[in-house]
Amino acid sequence: MSSKLNSKIPAGPIEQKWSEYKGHCKLVNPANKRSLEIIVVGSGLAGASAASSLAEMGYKVKVFCFQDSPRRAHSIAAQGGINAAKNYQNDGDSVYRLFYDTIKGGDYRAREGNVHRLAEVSGNIIDQCVAQGVPFAREYGGTLSNRSFGGTQVQRTFYAAGQTGQQLLLGAYSALQRQVGMGAVTLCARHEMLDVVMIDGKARGIIARDLISGKLESHFGHAVLLCTGGYGNVFYLSTNAMGSNVTAAWKAHRRGAFMANPCYTQIHPTCIPVSGDHQSKLTLMSESLRNDGRIWVPKKEGDTRAGNTIPEDERDYYLERRYPAFGNLVPRDVASRAAKERCDAGFGVGKSKLAVFLDFAAAFERYGKVEANKKGMHSPSKEEIIALGKDVVKEKYGNLFDMYKQITGENPYEVPMRIYPAVHYTMGGLWVDYNLMTTIPGLYALGEANFSDHGANRLGASALMQGLADGYFVIPYTIGEYLADEIRTKAIPTDHPAFAEAEKNVQDTIDKFFSIKGTKSVDHFHKRLGKIMWDKCGMARNAKGLTEAIGEIQQLRKEFWSDLRVTGDANEFNPELEKAGRVADFIELGELMCKDALHRNESCGGHFREEYQEDGGEAKRNDEEFKYVAAWEFKGVSDWELNKEELNYENIKIAARNYK
Amino acid sequence: MSHEGGMNLTLKVWKQKNSKTEGHLETYPVSDISPDMSFLEMFDVLNEKLISTGKEPIAFDHDCREGICGMCSMHINGRPHGPKGGITTCQLHMRSFKDGDTIVVEPWRAAAFPVVKDLVVDRSSFDRIIAAGGYVSVNTGNAKDANNILIPKTDADDAFNAAACIGCGACVAACKNASAMLFVSAKISQLSLLPQGQIERTSRAENMIAVMDEEGFGNCTNTGACEAECPKEISLENIARMNREFFSAKVLANKK
Repeated sequence: MSSKLNSKIPAGPIEQKWSEYKGHCKLVNPANKRSLEIIVVGSGLAGASAASSLAEMGYKVKVFCFQDSPRRAHSIAAQGGINAAKNYQNDGDSVYRLFYDTIKGGDYRAREGNVHRLAEVSGNIIDQCVAQGVPFAREYGGTLSNRSFGGTQVQRTFYAAGQTGQQLLLGAYSALQRQVGMGAVTLCARHEMLDVVMIDGKARGIIARDLISGKLESHFGHAVLLCTGGYGNVFYLSTNAMGSNVTAAWKAHRRGAFMANPCYTQIHPTCIPVSGDHQSKLTLMSESLRNDGRIWVPKKEGDTRAGNTIPEDERDYYLERRYPAFGNLVPRDVASRAAKERCDAGFGVGKSKLAVFLDFAAAFERYGKVEANKKGMHSPSKEEIIALGKDVVKEKYGNLFDMYKQITGENPYEVPMRIYPAVHYTMGGLWVDYNLMTTIPGLYALGEANFSDHGANRLGASALMQGLADGYFVIPYTIGEYLADEIRTKAIPTDHPAFAEAEKNVQDTIDKFFSIKGTKSVDHFHKRLGKIMWDKCGMARNAKGLTEAIGEIQQLRKEFWSDLRVTGDANEFNPELEKAGRVADFIELGELMCKDALHRNESCGGHFREEYQEDGGEAKRNDEEFKYVAAWEFKGVSDWELNKEELNYENIKIAARNYK
Repeated sequence: MSHEGGMNLTLKVWKQKNSKTEGHLETYPVSDISPDMSFLEMFDVLNEKLISTGKEPIAFDHDCREGICGMCSMHINGRPHGPKGGITTCQLHMRSFKDGDTIVVEPWRAAAFPVVKDLVVDRSSFDRIIAAGGYVSVNTGNAKDANNILIPKTDADDAFNAAACIGCGACVAACKNASAMLFVSAKISQLSLLPQGQIERTSRAENMIAVMDEEGFGNCTNTGACEAECPKEISLENIARMNREFFSAKVLANKK
């Protein structure tokens, strides 16, 4: 392991690490908490849950988000559900199984210690959310309902229709607003963090831009928490919100926080296909649909018939065929590659031929029969059964079906949906230790912004779990380890030279954007970057393409800094200026992602290198050489140093992933 | 996208530099618009064109572009989120318009939602209303096992339907009184329908309604425009429920 990395995983048996840690970690007494200030950047599940919990404990908290309200953070768009090892279904679930499924799902590239802790606290999250009034789906007896997600054989996913993220975020947002109302949290909405302020090697605050007035502000904190989400928008087209960006994490990276496994990108198998050049974003169709929907393509190459007219025996349910044990519920990386394989081989459907069918006909019939029995209908007609079945599907997934109809103009109750993989989530992120602290003392990363729990592939319904675990149940304990030694540090006035230096740094960048006076818009460069990334660092990668991509991105960066046009000025509400800053950072990140993907001479999870595959096209890992976390240290533009954190599997026997 | 079927439209869009200056409608022709584009993508195209000719683009709020974050907020041809029911502006597609149409786009209009710039308004009043009581006071770590609270499915479903509110403010924009009653009642209903919300039920209704009034929202005169324009089809029943909560809070207060 690199001497610069210490994961600080507690010693002892895996099931006791976290309880031992909690029993011995440092505490801060209530009087001292009142004089310790914590900055939380981002107000999604991780940020809102951390901010509210820390404020409840007595810390002084400031929350920053670029949106007009903390409730808009992109966690709101998560659809399908949240995992927890409750075993309410009596189907054999346990903390160990959730731990095991997550490590295996991540293709043996995640840390055992962190993942076990995640599984341990998963149940508390559901309890906490229910206590807040989150309206999860329920059974007629009043108990909570569950469904299945990919990569598991139990039903451990809790949900609220197809709007689980919304309901969980509104729960965390309510808790946050309660603290705002009590004066324990200061809310800075429409503020974007543009630098970390470092004093004596520690993070001591941030520079933020008030997006309405354009004014730069300095804010002090004894600790800074980055809860700023993932960087999928580096691909331009993704399921992320338009504003989702890497800027906060990237500024931290430039100040010394290592970036871990940046090439691990999750391409989600079930998204609505691209319809044209005008497209600004892609829309996900929840993985929960794979509970009931069956994925298929025609058996005949180039078949142009409408999906509902192709007879049963001319359909290839390729996931059920290739992976009988998990069928349509294989993990996302496996399902995405299988869809790409079929489309590349010429079996794709729709105008673009870059789509496969997701079909609910069988589910309508299955649910319809159950409903007919419940209602005591004797020999119902097929039409009656289908109508009843559609009502059940509507209750489970109605909002998703409506969304599909809005976007495509097709009615998914009548014709099978067309879906194709799209960029969705990034497993990589800022390197953190067991305390969730980055390589910068006092700077933490929570939720999707860190790299720690999902290895090379995240299982469905685990992002919400991790965001809330980090915020509600991990950081409230681990931050004490650091802050207990900070009780003598008085708040540092923001006229300190370090704040002035950081503010000048930000101002210079802003001035530079306006001084270029080029001819191309920010979006122009963003789209070009996205195309390079998707073509050469997307679902399948190879050494030649990645090498080319690095050169192309370097060239693009030069053009960006010489031909960019940013309209308006700095002292006003100016979305073009905001985007310019974000895309500048995406360009640098894109290069690092390609570099990381090029160095990892193996295929694992979401990282598929075409040179490294089994005969049947399955990913071929190389545990001998690559069983480590790649943590990149920023040395200058286009210059990084690789640090390795060796991964040790003491509890799970590392093996080839098998979903057959 | 193919060029056949491209639409030519005239946009009349509200331009306003900031909250301190006066605004006006400005006319922009747009051409070759694909029916598959979303309404916001049509604005992207227009903004790209404006930037390429050195003009300032139109500022508008948007983020998730899948109808859930509640950020987009355009008043289109006199209707919040445009001509179709049950969707947000970002889910509105150009196939809902005809070649040659003139489309008027304005920001939400309400005293409690001051204009920030062009089509962008300040909705932080909604956050302050939630901060006044839109929660269950339960600190992290206090919860018992989730299945210890049994909730009838119908109550859970009703609470969910109220909780589906995305806080976009279309209800306020649609209301001739700029009332926020639908928004406020959705949160009060959600929590009053659930056992977790019972303990703070009276103070919640009183405190949230007090802040709603302070923020300058108008009163409800039962015209129902809010329900008709709500992209999440939040029911007017919630307002009835909120009124009941408020009256019973007042009655209980008088008894003390």
